[in-house]
Amino acid sequence: MNIAEYKDIYVFCEERENKIHDSSLELLGEAVRLVNDRPSLNYKVVGVVIGDHSDELARIAGHYGADKVIFLHNEKLKHYSTEIYTELFMDVIKNDKPDIILIPATVLGRDLAPRIAARCDTGLTADATKLDFDPENKESALLYVTRPAFGGNLFGTIINETKRPQMTTIRPGVMEPIHKDTSREFQFDKREVSIDHIDDKVRLIEVLQRDNMAVDITKADIILSGGRGIGDNFHVLEECAKMIGAEVGASRGAVDKGFIGKDHQVGQTGKTVRPKVYIACGISGAVQHLAGMEKSDYIIAINKDPEAAIFSVANIGLVGDALEILPLLTEEIKIYRERPY
Amino acid sequence: MNILVLLKQVPDTTEMKIDKEKGTLIREGVPTITNPDDLAGMEVALRLKDQYGAKVTAVTMGPPQAENMLRELYAMGADDAVLLTDRKFSGADTWATSNTLAAYIKQVDFDLIIAGRQAIDGDTAQVGPQTAEKLGLPQISYIDDVLEFSKEKIVVKKALENNYEVLECPLPCVITTLSTIAKPRYMRVMGISHAFEKDVTIKTFDDLNIDPAIIGLKGSPTKVKKTFTKEVHSNSDILNLDGKASARKVAEILMDMNFIGK
Repeated sequence: MNIAEYKDIYVFCEERENKIHDSSLELLGEAVRLVNDRPSLNYKVVGVVIGDHSDELARIAGHYGADKVIFLHNEKLKHYSTEIYTELFMDVIKNDKPDIILIPATVLGRDLAPRIAARCDTGLTADATKLDFDPENKESALLYVTRPAFGGNLFGTIINETKRPQMTTIRPGVMEPIHKDTSREFQFDKREVSIDHIDDKVRLIEVLQRDNMAVDITKADIILSGGRGIGDNFHVLEECAKMIGAEVGASRGAVDKGFIGKDHQVGQTGKTVRPKVYIACGISGAVQHLAGMEKSDYIIAINKDPEAAIFSVANIGLVGDALEILPLLTEEIKIYRERPY
Repeated sequence: MNILVLLKQVPDTTEMKIDKEKGTLIREGVPTITNPDDLAGMEVALRLKDQYGAKVTAVTMGPPQAENMLRELYAMGADDAVLLTDRKFSGADTWATSNTLAAYIKQVDFDLIIAGRQAIDGDTAQVGPQTAEKLGLPQISYIDDVLEFSKEKIVVKKALENNYEVLECPLPCVITTLSTIAKPRYMRVMGISHAFEKDVTIKTFDDLNIDPAIIGLKGSPTKVKKTFTKEVHSNSDILNLDGKASARKVAEILMDMNFIGK
């Protein structure tokens, strides 16, 4: 493999609801920052859009920082398909030889990226939170990819010196997009692609909407969150949450044990939240959980263990049993609401 | 029907301790568990077995002590268990791991492969799809439910960020399961006694027809340049109050912030 043949930073742009999704716009912004940091490389930012979308949609990549947009278009390509997207992206890799490919670590991106990386036998780093060019060699295009591991307890910086492209998926919500500028100049390379030769065995039967009960805890003002210390008693949190107007959150430990649904999970592998008040109950405070809630405006931690790590990020810590305190809190608020004056 | 379930023995990351000086993990004394997404995948396989009849084989790559996990899976109801273990396999990234798993799987008969979506130590979600690619099989990842299963095909519900997709795929194929798909059953008493009578099949480098250049640490394109930990600073007020006083404290905070109206 002649590594010198490979150049530029390619960003896979994921379409959702007829827009380029924020997670991809963030990657375009990060790619712009990277190329500006190392002008000697003379790298371009290339956005790759795949599907039956309009040219207008594909051009958005240019408004958010792409110097060139490759639009792989086919009228029949109405839905994502692992096999078709992989094959089409492989053609771009063979033809255009990207040095770096950034893919958002969304459900779609995490389905597609490993498939592409395995097909072209290159390395892939998952869920990166920081990207830099080799800090020790100012001419180098070697990407230093930093990511959390072991539940966020440890961070690792990963490199791929031997294979190209250098591929990584990037955690949504971490990188910053640049400001939209519809007057930016960029090259628009629309390619009508054939998909008839691609054997896609998976068939989409239907799309189901999530029921209305599905929660979006990222929009809540107050989150009352429980960990493994709550055990099978999340109903205690739910009653209290109802009384104080909160949504119920949970640590990964609680979700993995099946105490509550994945929609409620806060943390590195769950949702990143920043409510006005975050009340952590029976949560020990693994770094992976802290990563998802430490930016909350005000944090109240309740834990039996005075040494629990959660206290280190709390504005106020209460040493005690949440299962004792929460029903008393529910009662307290109820009495307050029912007061005669 | 033959169902292969790919699993990993992982350290319980909620019990993890860090050496802050060295920026490395302290592995001693950390309990190991079967990765939750994988264990849910095993449960799915056992339910398919209960309902349609199938032979369920647990497959893992890992150090010799991963045999303990396989014994537990026997006790749950697995019919067969295979451990791919060799010093040459160790230190593998996801690509090299997939090459190793695929090399073994190519030697056996199967109709369906179930892998957990991701492992809690690495959180990559890459080994399932990469193994599928190395076997030339279609994949469906992030499965939340199996709706239909027959000799010919599987119909599953995939969980995306804002909705679900119902997808159909002919067998053989690879699916990756979320931990929420099924609550794993307990080990059976009969199973536990059987678990120690049954043999775990051990496969080493010499048993797999594989190029040493594509496995283990040496064969891995990605390398860990360095590891480090994040500092957490404390600025909190920690109070030791009784239950009633604690509840009042929280109530006061919420009222002060005007969250609690009449």
